[in-house]
Amino acid sequence: MSEPGRVAGGVAETPLTRASGATGVHRARPGVKLAMLAAGATVLFTVRTPWVVGGAAAITLGLAALARIPARELARQARPALLFAGGAGALQAWSAGPLAGVTVAGSLVVAVVAASIVTLTTGSQEMLDAIVGAARPLRRLGVDPERVALTLTLAVTSIPVVARLAGEVRQARMARGAERSVRALAVPLVIRTVRHADRLGEALRARGADDD
Amino acid sequence: MAHLVLDDVTLRYGDREVLRDVQLELTEPRIGIVGGNGSGKSSLARLLNGLVLPTRGRVLVEGLDTARDGPAVRRQVGFVFTDPDAQIVMPTVAEDVGFSLRRSGLSRSERDARVAAALERVGLASHADHPAHLLSGGQKQLLALTAVLVTDPAVLVCDEPTTLLDARNARRVATLLAGLPQQVIMVTHHLEQLESFDRILVIEDGGVVADGPPGQALAAYRALVGTP
Repeated sequence: MSEPGRVAGGVAETPLTRASGATGVHRARPGVKLAMLAAGATVLFTVRTPWVVGGAAAITLGLAALARIPARELARQARPALLFAGGAGALQAWSAGPLAGVTVAGSLVVAVVAASIVTLTTGSQEMLDAIVGAARPLRRLGVDPERVALTLTLAVTSIPVVARLAGEVRQARMARGAERSVRALAVPLVIRTVRHADRLGEALRARGADDD
Repeated sequence: MAHLVLDDVTLRYGDREVLRDVQLELTEPRIGIVGGNGSGKSSLARLLNGLVLPTRGRVLVEGLDTARDGPAVRRQVGFVFTDPDAQIVMPTVAEDVGFSLRRSGLSRSERDARVAAALERVGLASHADHPAHLLSGGQKQLLALTAVLVTDPAVLVCDEPTTLLDARNARRVATLLAGLPQQVIMVTHHLEQLESFDRILVIEDGGVVADGPPGQALAAYRALVGTP
């Protein structure tokens, strides 16, 4: 599978946007960015009107421009969500009309792009620290803030890995002449993803992530 | 060098006996472990870091019992897996190495300095801010090694670290391992990498069937698998 950003030597073409970032969006406190993302997503998914989705899209694109994130990078980040958003939108359009379909699909894509802006402009260590800080009150309930932060970070960092696995499974499916088989895509992808999760868990234990 | 002891160790996964009555004392700087697929060699390596615990017997690292003192053992024994993709936790190269130091008690600036020095040592400094998952296979394995070495463990256990690499990258990783001050215990199918080691263990059917210097032990292994 050809991977975006890869060159002959095997090194990605460019560093992650945040590494070279010096904009106000990059410098904003991670906790503030995460709180804004949570608040925005809440509004987006509870007040589902075309005006709200349009407004949220405008704000999101404005922030992306402020952070100097290239449109191509935003499109790349949104791509994995398009299939799901399209499916959810089509289902909504069938049951509640085309406008509802567009609103649902649009809100999903905007939320994913907004989340991408946060991850592209925030270092993982800062993100971990912010989540640990936010989850600290839960310690009284027996929740380990470090574990909460690690789980959320892993969810984000696993996206490219699962995308790579999906690409490999798609190629294997093509090689065996089963391009149209959903089963030939879903079954190996689930198995390989679970296997990856298993190995990742073992590696985390080896690195002491499970030790208090 | 560290002192590792497997004291009458038996390991079972359910009904399957993977290792049986293993008695070993590991003190040499370079120890190789060879054996066929399913022989128990990877399980033996995992016992040394406390990733798996013996069903019977004890594994001791500098007197610490892996069953009782797991976190302290893991601070002394670093582990490198075959597939570096499964070891990368953070999005960028520097962040992944830094993740190993999160619970070290060091300040952020001290952590950053140690990460920078560790990346410099393995030639990955210029890739510090690159997405880790877009590195080449060889670079990913170097990153996985760096993420372990940055914590300065006394022992490094490697489970087939070069199996997924091409010849050039395998040599690069092997050269790095050869130059480390740490005690290295390596499981591998690349027998040529073990010729300069101090001691080789040959594992077959859950037991140690040969144990000695490379010349003698590798000859026994070759005879066992029927290769010249």
